[in-house]
Amino acid sequence: MLKMPPADGRVLARKAEIARALAAIVPDGVIEDKDALRVYESDGLTAYRQPPMLVVLPRATDEVSLILAWCHREGVKVVPRGSGTSLSGGALPLEDAVLLGMARFNRVLEIDYADRIAVVQPGVTNLAVTQAVEAEGFYYAPDPSSQIACSIGGNVAENSGGVHCLKYGLTTNNVLGVEMVLMDGQVVRLGGRTLDQAGLDLLGLVVGSEGLLGVVTEVTVRILPKPETARAVLIGFPSVEQAGQTVADVIAAGIIPAGMEMMDRPAIHAAEAFVHAGYPLDVEALLIVELDGVGAECDHLTQEVEAIGRRNGSTTCRASASEAERLKFWAGRKAAFPAVGRISPDYYCMDGTIPRRRLPEVLQRMEGFSAAHGLKVANVFHAGDGNLHPLILYDANRPGELERAEAFGADILRLCVEVGGVLTGEHGVGVEKRDLMPVMFTETDLAHQQRVKCAFDPQLLLNPGKVFPVLHRCAELGRMHVHGGITAFPDLPRF
Amino acid sequence: MRPGSTEALVEIVADAAASGRKLEIAGGGTKADIGAPREAERLDMSGFSGVIDYDPAELVLTVGAGTPLAEIEALVASKNQMLAFEPHGAPGSTIGGVVAAGVSGSRRVSRGAVRDHLLGFKAVSGRGEAFVGGAKVVKNVTGYDLPKLACGSWGRLFALTEVTLKVLPAPETTVTLAVEGLDPTAAVALMSKALGSQAEVAAAAYSNGVTALRLEGFGPSVAARRRLIEAMATVRALSEGDAEALWSALRGPLEDAPVLWRLSVPASRAASVVDAGLGHSVMDWGGARIWLASDQAEAVRRAAVTAGGHAMLVRAPEAMRATVPALHPQPAPVAALEARIRRAFDPAGVFETGRFLDAD
Repeated sequence: MLKMPPADGRVLARKAEIARALAAIVPDGVIEDKDALRVYESDGLTAYRQPPMLVVLPRATDEVSLILAWCHREGVKVVPRGSGTSLSGGALPLEDAVLLGMARFNRVLEIDYADRIAVVQPGVTNLAVTQAVEAEGFYYAPDPSSQIACSIGGNVAENSGGVHCLKYGLTTNNVLGVEMVLMDGQVVRLGGRTLDQAGLDLLGLVVGSEGLLGVVTEVTVRILPKPETARAVLIGFPSVEQAGQTVADVIAAGIIPAGMEMMDRPAIHAAEAFVHAGYPLDVEALLIVELDGVGAECDHLTQEVEAIGRRNGSTTCRASASEAERLKFWAGRKAAFPAVGRISPDYYCMDGTIPRRRLPEVLQRMEGFSAAHGLKVANVFHAGDGNLHPLILYDANRPGELERAEAFGADILRLCVEVGGVLTGEHGVGVEKRDLMPVMFTETDLAHQQRVKCAFDPQLLLNPGKVFPVLHRCAELGRMHVHGGITAFPDLPRF
Repeated sequence: MRPGSTEALVEIVADAAASGRKLEIAGGGTKADIGAPREAERLDMSGFSGVIDYDPAELVLTVGAGTPLAEIEALVASKNQMLAFEPHGAPGSTIGGVVAAGVSGSRRVSRGAVRDHLLGFKAVSGRGEAFVGGAKVVKNVTGYDLPKLACGSWGRLFALTEVTLKVLPAPETTVTLAVEGLDPTAAVALMSKALGSQAEVAAAAYSNGVTALRLEGFGPSVAARRRLIEAMATVRALSEGDAEALWSALRGPLEDAPVLWRLSVPASRAASVVDAGLGHSVMDWGGARIWLASDQAEAVRRAAVTAGGHAMLVRAPEAMRATVPALHPQPAPVAALEARIRRAFDPAGVFETGRFLDAD
């Protein structure tokens, strides 16, 4: 089971004093009531729960700065939280830490259509950015499935993706600048309204840093003109191999679709039973290919993609004839997680990326894991960029099933790395994949990353216990030399 | 020194760190005249050359960092693919140099910069340790995004030995539409309108009074989008030769200017910089990048800051480079943060040659 850094009894003993100090900064924004704290005990990774010591809900950058500076001076840990939709436990509280909730930072500050940017506070939801600009024909491209709830600040922390990131990129490709508060209370601006930064790309480093480097208090994003037309094509195949080959052939034909999703038989059936999207039930693999752009482009590419599907033996093929039908095609895919939630008491969503050419082999070996662990799995897959989302079905009320689900998940992620892929394509490492980091990185690789953490937060007070499997003190990292993968400090606490 | 293996490179860097020597990482050496004159041993990375893995269907290319850019461009072109950020450089430029200098061309405005296409790398840090950043797949959020830090790091953190880049299909059709006779304000307005439209403009520049808009993609799509632009302004399509000449001039504009700056500003403020009378200029990226020939260092940097941007000195006589920092000075807290990051990768300052006139 997951181990977090041990709670510091001296900090816990000071709880009332800490609450008073924070209330002096945000008079109406401190939660210390035990029941009220329960609301914050987990994020989207609900298998792990821990109520925080306290919650503080600031409204302004200077309040965040004062809170962090105080906690820094007093040696109190801080866990930042956006909307709490992380699927990797990025916002999992600690017993002895202040949970810094950013939900009150909920305003769109400025929209500039000439420069195609929006300046928003981090608590604004992803979808609200698009809603703020759509009347003028613009939208914000990254669209994680949780977009009605997840916040832009959380998207920055996790470098969130979505079904359209094959063509339009992840959060990191769509953010131009942030205002951020460092753990010592200093306020910095990284990037801005220009396309390039002046010095080191610290903005690029901060995006996807999972709340370990600073607390973002303002975000400048790029907005894009909404495509004239978008069309989804549903293509069914008798085998996963044929669907995989179609994906490769579409790209070889020079086509980068706006989205290219694959679902396997269990996922298709679960989604269809839930949403009635009109998915064919007699196929082993279903592709949803979305094409967007001017009408002429959509017409042209729809024909091309349909022809590629036919050449690979597709048995069904339907292009959306209306916007309503397009959304219906997507509804099944976007509801795949809750759909699977209907057929199983619990599910555990994985997020590895693989080189696409290894897909048939990976799915086959996953079947073997499934048999070995005695748990079923349904697969949805961002096929265009090789990002797998196996959903492991389990029942937490049955003793041992959560542990088996975790072991199954770890097997899948090790396999992803073995075939040349990675542990996480878009959900983040958080606590979930933290202990698997050494599968992908050597001690030396990780030490180079941890020293970046030390440059921002030398006392390791911000979101500790996430991302890195071993908590090295910064002073020790500074002089640590690693030889042959053996750390020079094997006796340091591992948690 | 020209190491031929990671082991040899590790030894050289560790040795320099232990003995307090400075190393200047060099790819093709084509950007050596950027930054202050300095004394440092040259670390020639040309030994790390060659294609390591290229699978066009995966959209991923892994090469040695010392591989000449021209070789890579020819390779991907042979598979109808491209480096979408449109890198460029003088003959001999290497991909490692392109990454370290953060070089992106005209298409950057629509398809992103080198930082948006570098997926992973192998390197030897100033600690004399080999390590990796990122990975070899197009979608990855595992650990810190160190590849972003590599782009535009100017060899001050680590010596790149291998880079993995995202490649994309090359466009089937390209057309450049030109509009004559606009002043800078009108040119920026047109470029903004076009970039904010459904015409999906790939590149937009203003040079010698010509506003140029490039469209790329499949034939029927380009034809339809061209009509959208034609509804905005009176345009003429450039011949293939004229278009190539125009875009290629933007890769190294104002070549006769003894002092040259590269400014990044919000496009809506570009005309105010161009009209300030500081010198000849060319606009790219819809105005968000300005090339400016001017020997008035303070005035240029002030104009950039007033416009909400920054200015890099890319060409100047030695005497000027000895006192004017090439990179735009950062606010104190950010400069301190950058210095801590540099020390994290290079505690002994092996790669701090004085080129960027930093205090530490």
